[in-house]
Amino acid sequence: MNFASPRTIDEAVRLLAGVSGAGHVLAGGTDLVVQMTAGLRSPELVVDIKHIPELTGIREDADGFHLGAAVCGAALSEHAALKATWPGVVEAVDLIGSMQVQSRATPVGNLCNASPAADSLPALIAAGAEVSIIGPEGPRRVPVAEIPAGPGRTTLRKGEVITTIHLPPRPPRAADAYLRFIPRTEMDIAVVGSGVNLALGPDGRIAAARVALGAVAPTARLVPEAGAALVGTALDDTALDAATAAVRAACQPIDDKRGTAEYRTRVAGVIFRRAAAAALARARARSL
Amino acid sequence: MAKIHVTTTLNGVETEFLARPEQTLLAVLRDELHLTGTKEGCGSGDCGACSVEVDGRVTCSCLMLAAEAEGRSITTIEGVAQGGELHPVQRHFLEEAALQCGFCTPGFIVAAKNLLERNSNPTEEQIRFWLAGNLCRCTGYDKIVRAVQAAAAEMRGES
Repeated sequence: MNFASPRTIDEAVRLLAGVSGAGHVLAGGTDLVVQMTAGLRSPELVVDIKHIPELTGIREDADGFHLGAAVCGAALSEHAALKATWPGVVEAVDLIGSMQVQSRATPVGNLCNASPAADSLPALIAAGAEVSIIGPEGPRRVPVAEIPAGPGRTTLRKGEVITTIHLPPRPPRAADAYLRFIPRTEMDIAVVGSGVNLALGPDGRIAAARVALGAVAPTARLVPEAGAALVGTALDDTALDAATAAVRAACQPIDDKRGTAEYRTRVAGVIFRRAAAAALARARARSL
Repeated sequence: MAKIHVTTTLNGVETEFLARPEQTLLAVLRDELHLTGTKEGCGSGDCGACSVEVDGRVTCSCLMLAAEAEGRSITTIEGVAQGGELHPVQRHFLEEAALQCGFCTPGFIVAAKNLLERNSNPTEEQIRFWLAGNLCRCTGYDKIVRAVQAAAAEMRGES
């Protein structure tokens, strides 16, 4: 194996595009290094991206927040403005592993590891997050939801590096929340996860809603029908029931040791409702 | 690939070593630098026995390649005591009998010291969440939490 720590994105892309075997980006390494140690991956080249200045910071401008691909989870939790604006995204990332893992693991790594149960993904998808990618054929920008292709697989092409996660500008009276179900209080993998992102109109009714689910399908997914069922409502029981039905209809889970498909489908509705209530309470608090 | 030459600040001292590209920081600490206070438990980032500080953040040295240590500042359990003087966290682990077999103890001490440097007066819940990445199969954790609370009180000048 070869190890490189380039100072520019172009150099990272050139190295990864030029390798004949498997090349791998190393950011936090909390998946990659474990997989290498266990013999599950034997990359020919590992490219550490933490010395590329553009990838190491959190930036805010008129287009929203921009999270560099090498930024660790702990840095998100420590960023007061980000946490106030996107509490659901930050709490989702914060659920990933221990403090030791938070010091290393990155949201982009969580995205590229492409676990169906990745906690950050439903929150990022609900937020409408996009990623910037640079590759041998130039840059492109795509919604987060288009990156995972299935368990452990992404749509990234050879030599492509995700450089940034973009969170869009926030209207007033808007907030998000992420909840997951696990059978203990900490340090576990989601049985079901749900991210909900709401924006309220001046009348207090829901003007825009995005609902996403994790751990109930091969990839985290947006449920547009659930969001549509909430728009124009005050999150009353009728609207919630319609959205819950849409959430359960979108579930295509597997049976495994964490739960049966039937159980996951049932719990997805419950977790979605709680996440929606949490997002609504936060959005109202932000309107005061 | 040839071994990689790495220069790092280890327990306050500039240190150079050679590492194979796939070697973890944990492997280099123990096998090359003979700093065997840092323990290998799971090797997958779950148990926290290999906890070290890297640029002020507590992390698992089994999750990090040694080559990544270039230019970083690393503190291991060997760097916690100052001269012959135990750190308050170390002393209170002894006084509160917060260890039995001792295998997890270096990781707990490194993580707890890092917590108290960020938060001088953590609640019990904050201590338990911060130490959730450190597993102990002997103590049941209560004595560890009490030791951290006692060290925090002493460091605040309350005892």
